[in-house]
Amino acid sequence: MRLKDAFVIMAVAVAYSVPVLAGTVTGTVKLDGVAPKGRPIDMAKEPFCAKAWNPSATTQQVEVGPNNALENVVVYVSAGLPDKVFDPPSTPVVIDQKNCMYGPHVVALQVNQTLKVINSDPHSHNIHPLPTINREWNKSQPPGSAPLEQKFDKEEITIPVKCNIHPWMRSYIAVFRHPYFAVTGSDGTFSLKGLPPGKYTITAWQESYGSKTQDITVGAGPSSANFEFKAK
Amino acid sequence: MVRSDRATAFAFAFVIALITFISVGIFISHHWWFPPNISVHGEAIDHQFTETFVGVGLLFIAAQLFLAYCVWNFRDRGNNQKVRILPGGSKLTVGFAIVIIGVELITLEAVGSKAWAAIYFERAPADAIRVEVQGTQFAFYFHYPGPDEKFGMDHVEKIDEGLGNFFGLDTSNDPDAKDDVVTATLGVPVNRPVELILRSKDVTHSFYVPELRLQQDMVPGMQIPVHFTATQVGRYEIVCTQLCGLGHYSMRAFLQVMSDADYRKWMADQAAAQ
Repeated sequence: MRLKDAFVIMAVAVAYSVPVLAGTVTGTVKLDGVAPKGRPIDMAKEPFCAKAWNPSATTQQVEVGPNNALENVVVYVSAGLPDKVFDPPSTPVVIDQKNCMYGPHVVALQVNQTLKVINSDPHSHNIHPLPTINREWNKSQPPGSAPLEQKFDKEEITIPVKCNIHPWMRSYIAVFRHPYFAVTGSDGTFSLKGLPPGKYTITAWQESYGSKTQDITVGAGPSSANFEFKAK
Repeated sequence: MVRSDRATAFAFAFVIALITFISVGIFISHHWWFPPNISVHGEAIDHQFTETFVGVGLLFIAAQLFLAYCVWNFRDRGNNQKVRILPGGSKLTVGFAIVIIGVELITLEAVGSKAWAAIYFERAPADAIRVEVQGTQFAFYFHYPGPDEKFGMDHVEKIDEGLGNFFGLDTSNDPDAKDDVVTATLGVPVNRPVELILRSKDVTHSFYVPELRLQQDMVPGMQIPVHFTATQVGRYEIVCTQLCGLGHYSMRAFLQVMSDADYRKWMADQAAAQ
């Protein structure tokens, strides 16, 4: 009987684990060619920020890490998911306004997930996302004020963000209806976890180079998808 | 009764005179005054200002002292004296005031237009360094034409502040734009004429450098030329003096006046960073 019990338990475990132990898609995004140089940003009008950067901060349109790994690329499932509502996580995604730059430069979050905007500078900022699908808003944030909390209620990839006070500040927000997305770090890697087995289209989006897609079949185990953008 | 009226009238007259001398004293002491002038044309502006100030100041003193005299002299002397009206009545008084003020304004205009015309009606010298200045919410940006001395064309759709393309230059296709230099600081060599072409990207701004004695609105849709020659090396603040929105208080840049050699080096550094 003991052996039978064990089999039953195993069978149940396997039956449940197929969707639970769903596939993971990992990969790396690379740049083929030489990254364009970022332009130094002159922040003289805001002495606090001008002092904070040495050497000066640069524009961030293409940022590469070691081995030409491409940073700040949004990788996500663009087709193949069921048409259902995915609950947003309760943890907020944070954008920090520090030394007159947005950090991180690219963020991704889910529909109705909280976006928390922090002002770490001793002067005002005015965050202004420029969506075309979601509702546009812009909010002023004096120094020392509480974090702003905002949500986006529609999928939109991606929303440029500017600061109404400091013209050079730029970031991007990607809003997804599902949780299968990632933003590459300085090693260019990404990992989309918990995907039920099936056929999907994976898209990688980069602010200067646009989007690249590939179709993959996800099984119960790990699968991989690598992307390469050509430098202009 | 009469005694107290006398005291009140005296007190009023005294306070009027006191206010007059204190306020004139504040101006004469130059305690809160302009920063030192650093431009060739600034002398004419300062001279004009002093002339206007002395003229208006003397009129102010005369009018205030006359007022004090009237308060004192025409007080109620307790003899049931009727109110007297100036000969000719109010019409003549108002007419007289209009003529006086008119003469004053016309004189100021006639004298002052000389200084104004020297800056605004005269073209910049042919060898002036030309710089396009863009006012935008809430910063100033400067566009130098580069060695070819030709400004690249602006393409509105190519403006991208996040990439540092504040003027919408098309550096890949426009040969004039290839060597252009865009900066957030206005660097100029000392003792060289500079012509600024002032423009606005959004709303009305104003370009003001107190030390240059130069202030001019930047009006959307217009290209307004102004010129100056800076005479002293240094770093001076450029401020926006038209309320242009939420971040108006933070809209400023710096004018960096350099020696010829420093300017060439600065320009080379800026060109390398483009």
